[in-house]
Amino acid sequence: MTEPGRGVIRIRGLNKRFGSTHAVIDVDLDIRRGEVLALMGANGAGKSTLIKILCGVHPADSGTVEIDGAAVDFRSPLEACAAGIHTVHQIINDGVVQQLTVAENLALDEICRPDGPLLLSRAAITARARDIQAILGLDLPLGKAMSELGQAERQLVAIARALSHDPKVLILDEPTSSLSEAEAARLFALIEDLRARGVAIVYISHRMSDIRRLADRAVVMRDGRTRAEFVRPLDFDGIVHAMVGHRVGEGGRERGTAGGRTVVEIRDFALTPTSAPFDLDLREGEVVVLTGLIGAGRTEFADCLFGTAAPHAGTVTIDGKPFRAASPREAIAEGVFMAHEDRGNSSLVAEFSVLHNMTLPFLRHFSRLSLVSPDDERRAAGGQVADLAIKCPSVDVPIGSLSGGNQQKVVLGRWLIRPCRLLILDEPFQGVDIGARQDIGRRLRDTAAGRATLVICADLEEATEIADRILVMRDFSVVGGHSIDGLSLDALVAEISGAGTHATFA
Amino acid sequence: MQTPSPNPAAPTAAAPGGSARPAFTVKDFVIKFGLLIILAVMVIVFWRLEPAFANARNLFSILQAVSVTALLALGVTVTLAIAGFDLSIGSTAAMSLMASSYVMVILNQGTLLAVLVCLALGAFIGFLNGVLIVKGRIPDLLATLGMMFLLLGLQLIPTGGRSIAKGMTLSDGSAATGSFTDAFLALGRYRLFDLIPLPVIIMLVAAVILWVFMERSRHGRVLYAIGGNEKATRLAGAPVERYKIAAYMISGLFASVGGILLAARVGRGDVTSGSSLLLDSVAAALIGYAVLGAKKPNVFGTAVGALFVGTLLNGLTMLNAPYYAQDFVKGLVLVFALLFTFGFASSQRR
Repeated sequence: MTEPGRGVIRIRGLNKRFGSTHAVIDVDLDIRRGEVLALMGANGAGKSTLIKILCGVHPADSGTVEIDGAAVDFRSPLEACAAGIHTVHQIINDGVVQQLTVAENLALDEICRPDGPLLLSRAAITARARDIQAILGLDLPLGKAMSELGQAERQLVAIARALSHDPKVLILDEPTSSLSEAEAARLFALIEDLRARGVAIVYISHRMSDIRRLADRAVVMRDGRTRAEFVRPLDFDGIVHAMVGHRVGEGGRERGTAGGRTVVEIRDFALTPTSAPFDLDLREGEVVVLTGLIGAGRTEFADCLFGTAAPHAGTVTIDGKPFRAASPREAIAEGVFMAHEDRGNSSLVAEFSVLHNMTLPFLRHFSRLSLVSPDDERRAAGGQVADLAIKCPSVDVPIGSLSGGNQQKVVLGRWLIRPCRLLILDEPFQGVDIGARQDIGRRLRDTAAGRATLVICADLEEATEIADRILVMRDFSVVGGHSIDGLSLDALVAEISGAGTHATFA
Repeated sequence: MQTPSPNPAAPTAAAPGGSARPAFTVKDFVIKFGLLIILAVMVIVFWRLEPAFANARNLFSILQAVSVTALLALGVTVTLAIAGFDLSIGSTAAMSLMASSYVMVILNQGTLLAVLVCLALGAFIGFLNGVLIVKGRIPDLLATLGMMFLLLGLQLIPTGGRSIAKGMTLSDGSAATGSFTDAFLALGRYRLFDLIPLPVIIMLVAAVILWVFMERSRHGRVLYAIGGNEKATRLAGAPVERYKIAAYMISGLFASVGGILLAARVGRGDVTSGSSLLLDSVAAALIGYAVLGAKKPNVFGTAVGALFVGTLLNGLTMLNAPYYAQDFVKGLVLVFALLFTFGFASSQRR
């Protein structure tokens, strides 16, 4: 597999500017047949722009792109597709039509062909869809509406559609960010199969485990340039260094805070009628990470604490007083704050500024007789911007103008404005570059005194970075807890995957 | 909620370090002030063509004509802010007109009771709309469309489909004994300093109060947040359902005030008045999106939008334009305003 195939795409001296931002600078890159090229870099490193030039969304300012030796200059994504370059974008919902069925989505290109038949027979669409999913060996519910599918299935539909064109080059942008382990494994197998068939694959991901599994070659971008190239065996520390420059290594911290007074006491807690009841204590000053596979019940557990779901049985006390919230509002009033997974849908108001997004839950504290005091509000938000090193020209810019990592910092800053008893963060590092991840982790630990902190996090590298204690959830129950001191990763992994099935977690 | 200073497209003057950002372009200027400039130009043109247009009395009668539409438009702005819609405002106003007439003419009651009954009805209709949408989970357009038809019929039932006027024959053969009180009629006809119509003052006061509520209060902020991302707002701890019901109640309340002013001006319970109110008010609120480049429902924009429509219609009437030309021009203005808002403005996002 390490043997480099013939070059499909040859990029030389590529440049792209947006106003004053030089997003891509003198990039040279070869993409080869039968090879998985991992394109890596922190948020804002220029990966997305490079990909958008390749797939015809943006024209380059200068430089050449050759496919099989012939120079090309795509003016639209359609032209790129015609040349055999297909892209599955990170935001899946942009790539599928929610209202149509799975079959119609799979056969969408067929349906939309300008020279296609005037009337479409359902049978023909279904037949075409069957052919397409056969390429992947998928068994999707063809008759269901796309909107009824989970994120992972939507992702598979988008990928299947791209593959139906028999691409020369397949570009996958963060394809595993919403997939479960099993689904990701299926995708990996598929990618390996495509590689064997000679497709060139460009794989963009923050997840080191994906890269470890798949990549034949890794190219790291930083500040618009390609900084380093690695071939198998990949030097992962080298990759991280190339991505974040000098910043890595600052993440070192004193180990294991023991935690003070117990804040949250959970007793005989059963999430479902069939799950095993468990007890749990969360203490002041301690950062506890809850890990486990997707579908293990981590988010469901958090939902029970935040008032968006009810447990089957069990009691929760906070500071010795019984706690039961029927809504987020009640939970917040009792001092339980939560930053949800998927910040775009669950946390941020796209039309709002950084300031207004940050203060949304606590407007009452910044207002008198319902009138918001702009000064108080600005002071609070300004403090968080400084403490979290949020990069924004002012707090009045729209939230969408910030990078993913900075948006995530705004979400965290929001919940640090007021003191709380329990802070829950669900996957706070999703789509966040390593620099921002370290800032967030540091701030989380710096503010941890005086409250209990529960972080839901599937990635063990991320987990060990911030945790004092790691809890493992499986089958809707907490099955184990480990102090970060003297942590045995093997034992942890065994617990996550369930005894005897270690293999799923490499 | 959005303070006027930082337009995302236009760098603020107080950012000398950001010299690399593009300058304030002609396009930015057009997006921001285009509609206000057209309004000014329109006033000047009408004035040049017909000098009587610009005398104080005519200008105030434009405002008076606008005030009912503006009140309804202000109400619908609140429902637009939560990404909802209220199609029942026109018939809520008509309902209020008929109810006030009924209370005074047929039930022979006083001004205060008539006004209170209307306000209560307006708020109750809004509450019903809200409950249908929030608890009944009916999409806003459909729920309020249903309510619109329901009210159109309901308001005619007590009188058997006839207009209510002083001395009208009742179903039992006797004549109605009551009449519109002078105090009630004054609500629609009194002019302060013999110049400024009372409805204009009521509308302006309502607009200012609503502006403060929407732009400066935390409740207004939460309403906009619900419109932007309902789930995120709920998870931030806001009682979203209550806010949504309240938004429809505000809409109903404003519509009923509009109905009262209309009844006081017309002086009879006319079954046909208020038929064009819905579309005119919605147009005003939508034109408001384009004012100052707000790109969202906003109180100031809605007021300007109502003024815009009113000025246009008054001017065209003075110039003896036929009635169908008015609708045509209204449509044209709306399409251009929406183009300002969505077309030009979005093309500059990258």
